[in-house]
Amino acid sequence: MIELYILLTIMIIGAIIAIEVKDLLSSVVAVGAVGLVLSIVFLILKAPDVAITQLVVEILCLIILIQATLKKDLPFSTSGRWFFNTVITVSFMALLLIVAVKCFNDLPAFGYPIMRVAGEYLKEGLTATGATNIVSAVILDYRAYDTLGEATILFTAVIGVLAIVRRVGRKPKGKNIKDEDSF
Amino acid sequence: MSKEHDKGMSVIVKTITRLTVGLIMLYGIYILSHGHVSPGGGFAGGVIIALSFVHLMLAYGKEAALKKFPKSATSFFESTGAIMFLSIALLGFTGGYFFLNFISKGEPFKLFSAGIIPLCNIAISLKVGAGLFAIFIALVLLRFESENKE
Amino acid sequence: MIIYLLCLVLFCEGIYCILRKRNIIKIIIGIIIAEYAVNLFFILVAYRKGGRAPIFSPDAQITNMVDALPQALVLTSIVIGLATTALLIAIAMRIYEKYGTFDITKIKELKG
Repeated sequence: MIELYILLTIMIIGAIIAIEVKDLLSSVVAVGAVGLVLSIVFLILKAPDVAITQLVVEILCLIILIQATLKKDLPFSTSGRWFFNTVITVSFMALLLIVAVKCFNDLPAFGYPIMRVAGEYLKEGLTATGATNIVSAVILDYRAYDTLGEATILFTAVIGVLAIVRRVGRKPKGKNIKDEDSF
Repeated sequence: MSKEHDKGMSVIVKTITRLTVGLIMLYGIYILSHGHVSPGGGFAGGVIIALSFVHLMLAYGKEAALKKFPKSATSFFESTGAIMFLSIALLGFTGGYFFLNFISKGEPFKLFSAGIIPLCNIAISLKVGAGLFAIFIALVLLRFESENKE
Repeated sequence: MIIYLLCLVLFCEGIYCILRKRNIIKIIIGIIIAEYAVNLFFILVAYRKGGRAPIFSPDAQITNMVDALPQALVLTSIVIGLATTALLIAIAMRIYEKYGTFDITKIKELKG
């Protein structure tokens, strides 16, 4: 169990590096490192489906982020009232942590989940659905509505990105626009 | 930046891409089709298949990659995945309710078991893969007017 | 319980980055870190001491498995996080094209 604490500390340090570094490309690489360590933590917590999906989704997210950040623009640090704003934010975080300590006493202890619903799924899953991967049985047989909703969200995201990026129907600004066929 | 996207990367990257891009797609199809027996499933498989096309585009430039997988094909595959998923769900009405698992469940640990789950995996992977590839093409091919002026 | 607090510290770092940074790409990185923390919290709740991955195997009798329901929810949540990040980046690139900068204090024109 000690390795979980070490990996979580590495993730926190990586997130601090990603936030404070001034170069945009370095902070994107640091976020990639945080995601990779998160995938290893998922493996230690016995969740292989989630680990595979997290790894490949994070790779795609990094590629799209690097595509967006290769422009050279980075503002200098803020002027005036910088100290006051930081103090307010840090005190808000401290208040959140103090309240959370009281709330986490109500959760079941780490390592002993209640499993009221999942107990039924694990007992009946193999005979009721015929799939040996219980997580696949849950997302495609017991909770298939959620998968339908998620497919709809992806569809909406694709439509949104294409609507923001397209060039048809905008005012031409002279001869500089490359003639590109639309989607 | 726009010129590099037209011509692709160096010779070493192109050679390695030619050797490995087929293996990446085959791995994605393996994870997708064994989704009900071993970890993986439709989402991971679809993203891996999209990643293989992204790899091709990053190494060879956009012209060569778009010849293999034109823009109209992405919208066709995405719509096909969505319609297939919905029709499998509506066919459950023949048995009783929405999303009923109506195909016979074979014996466990075989590839053709578990009712509608493998078909749903294929539909989800088509939709996810084609959708993510369409997002990537739209964001990479965005030509900035400020870049054109330079 | 300490491990839940470490997860919450990661989430607080993401929120700090969203509140205090001026570059749009840094704000997007803060949103990504907050999403990682929330997914990690779900999988932490689902862990069982001495448990096994929720997959049957043909040669062994399995008695104790980890909780399978939060893993299914997190699987969906990861892909949704990617969709929202892609949309945010598209909006950020469009903002850069129109205003020439990523700084949010210079994007203050509300044309009526």
